[in-house]
Amino acid sequence: MLETIAYWVFGIGLAFDLLGCIGLVRLPDVYNRAQAATKCVTLGTCMILTATALFGFGSNWSLFVKGIICAGFVLLTSPVGAHAVCRGAYISGVPLADVSVEDSFVQRAEEIRKERDLPSEEVRREETEAERT
Amino acid sequence: MNAAVLEGLLQVAMVVLLLGSVLCLDRIGRGPTAPDRTVAIDILGTLMVGFCCVMALWPYRTDAAGQPLFQDYYMTIAIAWALTSFVGTLALAKYLEGRSYDA
Repeated sequence: MLETIAYWVFGIGLAFDLLGCIGLVRLPDVYNRAQAATKCVTLGTCMILTATALFGFGSNWSLFVKGIICAGFVLLTSPVGAHAVCRGAYISGVPLADVSVEDSFVQRAEEIRKERDLPSEEVRREETEAERT
Repeated sequence: MNAAVLEGLLQVAMVVLLLGSVLCLDRIGRGPTAPDRTVAIDILGTLMVGFCCVMALWPYRTDAAGQPLFQDYYMTIAIAWALTSFVGTLALAKYLEGRSYDA
């Protein structure tokens, strides 16, 4: 019974991983890609780790405990890392995709740039235009 | 537990994870900006944890009753890989944000 559950959890986790990676390739900008990939792959890997732990339940307690600990680590660290990368991407001036409808971080990002003596959005845009031409 | 069924599932898992890794590598090579590549590297690290699970479950050895014996030391590698990949991603994020590493 437990093994059947473990097989199914493992398979669903694999499907989530694959869909997350497809999202990483197909979506239009960094923020969409990070969102799709991080959510799907974190959940998928957590499910794979949980299934591994279930395979060890009752017969191999070392596998069980390490699987649960690793699932906890992945669940805690992966979203934090993706949040930090997206914030860094916005502050370093990566533009949103053309199809985006709302951007509520503009003013706060400009304040942060001012605090850290980074060039503002206009300066950056002029620089990239100059590089292109 | 049937070792042959388990091995079939793990072979499928290997193929799916390899396909995901190839898609990540595509984004690392093609990604127009540095954050794209950082996100793809982070995802590749998380997929490696999945590979460690597959290797831990692979039924190389069976006991007298035909039950597979698992290699639980691979899970230690998985834990270490998850944590080091997190630290690397945070360092890259701080660099992107234009901050020093110890602030």
